[in-house]
Amino acid sequence: MIKAIWSQIVSLYRIFLHIFAKADTVQYPEEMPYLAPRYRGRIVLTRDPDGNERCVACNLCAVACPVDCIALQKTEDEHGRWYPEFFRINFSRCIMCGMCEEACPTYSIQLTPDFEMCEYDRQNMVYEKEHLLISGQGKYPGYSFYNVAGKAIKDKDKGEGLNEAQPIDMKSLLP
Amino acid sequence: MEELTIFLVIYGTLLGAFAVAAVLVWFERRLLGFWQDRLGPNRVGPFGIGLALADVIKLLAKEDWIPPFADRLVFILAPTAVVITMLLGFAVVPYTEHLFIADLNIGLLFFLGMTSLAVYSVLLGGLGSHNKYALLGGLRAAAQMVSYEVFMGLSLMGVVMITGSFSLVDIVNTQAENGWFVISQFFGFIVFLVAGIAESHRLPFDLPEAEHELIAGFHTEYSGMKFGLFMLGEYLSLILISSMITTIFFGGWLGPSFLPDAVLDFVPHIFWFFAKTGTCICFFILLRAAIPRPRYDQLMSFGWKILLPLTLVNLLITGAVLLWL
Repeated sequence: MIKAIWSQIVSLYRIFLHIFAKADTVQYPEEMPYLAPRYRGRIVLTRDPDGNERCVACNLCAVACPVDCIALQKTEDEHGRWYPEFFRINFSRCIMCGMCEEACPTYSIQLTPDFEMCEYDRQNMVYEKEHLLISGQGKYPGYSFYNVAGKAIKDKDKGEGLNEAQPIDMKSLLP
Repeated sequence: MEELTIFLVIYGTLLGAFAVAAVLVWFERRLLGFWQDRLGPNRVGPFGIGLALADVIKLLAKEDWIPPFADRLVFILAPTAVVITMLLGFAVVPYTEHLFIADLNIGLLFFLGMTSLAVYSVLLGGLGSHNKYALLGGLRAAAQMVSYEVFMGLSLMGVVMITGSFSLVDIVNTQAENGWFVISQFFGFIVFLVAGIAESHRLPFDLPEAEHELIAGFHTEYSGMKFGLFMLGEYLSLILISSMITTIFFGGWLGPSFLPDAVLDFVPHIFWFFAKTGTCICFFILLRAAIPRPRYDQLMSFGWKILLPLTLVNLLITGAVLLWL
C-alpha cells in the first residue's frame, strides 16, 4: 500500500519534471519535419539516364497494388520497346504502401518524401502519366533497364548489354 | 461592510469565476501539453489564449439538442444545478480578512452542503437522459459522491476542533497564530485533497465521465450550452476546491511566515490567496497528467478502507491532543 502510494508520488514528480523538457512535436506547417529519402509518399515515374521513361508497362505494379489504384495500358513503339499508353494512379485510393515500388523490375515507379497532396475536388486526386512522370532518375541514378536486360532493342542486339554473355546458338553442337 | 463593496465583491466573484473557468479550459490543455512533451493549443492569439474565447463561442453557437426520449424538464434543469451550487459555494470564500461576500458562522458547513447538492446535477443528468451510458455514469457519480462526502466532511472536523468555529475567516485567523493547518492536520489535508478531486469528479477520479468506458458518462446526451454548463460547473468546482484547500489548510491570505516582515507587509494579502489557489489548480492539472484512473471497485475500497479510517484516527488524535495537552 505504502509502495503503491509512493509510486504515485514518484510518477507525479517525474511528470512534473517534463515541464522543462523540450516538446517532441513539430509545428508542422511552419516547421517541416525531416523526411528520409526512402519515405513513402507521392508516387512518381522516373526516367533512365538517357531521358527515356523507364516504365515498360509490365503491369506488375498494378498487380501488386493491394487497393487497385494503378491502371495502365501497354503499347509498343516501332522498335518493339514497350511503354505505357496511359498510366493512371488514383491517389484517393493509394495507401502509400510501396508494394508497386518493390514490384517494379525497372526502378521506374518510386515513392517520394512528399505527402502534401490535398485537393478540394476528388477528381484532382487522379494523376495521369504527365503528372506522374518526372524528368530525373529518382533514387537509382545511372540505372537503365534495357542496358542490362537481355532483350534486343533499337541500338542494341542480344548479348551487347552490360555484363551480358553472347547468346548461345542452340542449334549448334559445338561447345 | 458597505453595500456597494458587497455588490462589487459579488459581481467581481461572479465574473472572475466565469473568466477564470473559461481561461482554465485553455490553461489546462496548455499545461497538459507541456507535461506530455507537446506544445498544446498555441494557435489562437498570443500563446493560444484566444482558445478560451473560441471555445465559449463554439459552445454558445452549437445546436442545443434535446433528445426526444429524454425527460425534458430534468434534462434542462440538471446542468444548472452544478453551476448554481458551485457559484453559491464561492459566497463563503474569504479572499482577504476584509474581502468576502459572507462570513457565515457555518461557512464550512455551507460549503460542504453546496458541494453535496452539486451531485444532483450529475445524478439528474444521468437519469434524465434515458441513455444507458449516462445512467451508468450517474450511478457511479452517486455512489462516489455519497461515499467521498462522508470523509470530506470528517477530514475538516479536525480543523474545526482546533479553531472552535465553522467560520472560514476564523479558521484563517487561527492559522495566523498556530501555523498552517497543512502541518498540524496533514492527514486531514490529504483526505480532503483526495475527496476534493473526487467531489469535483476530475481525473483521476472522473469515473462518472470515464471517457474510455462510458463515452462521456452522465453528459453523453448533452451538447451546446447545456454541455457548456457542465464544463463550467466542473471548472468552477475545481476553483472552489482549490480556494477551499488554500483557505483551510494553506492559510488563505496569509503569506508564508518564513519570509521577512518587510515582504509580508509589502505584498497585498489577496496576492497570496490567488497565488496559492493557482498553485493548487496547477497541482490538480498535474494529477490529471500523471495518475491513471482507478477501477471503480478500487476507488470505493480506497475510500472506505483507507481514507475513512485515516480520517477517524486523525479525528481521534486531534481530539485527544486538544483534550489532554
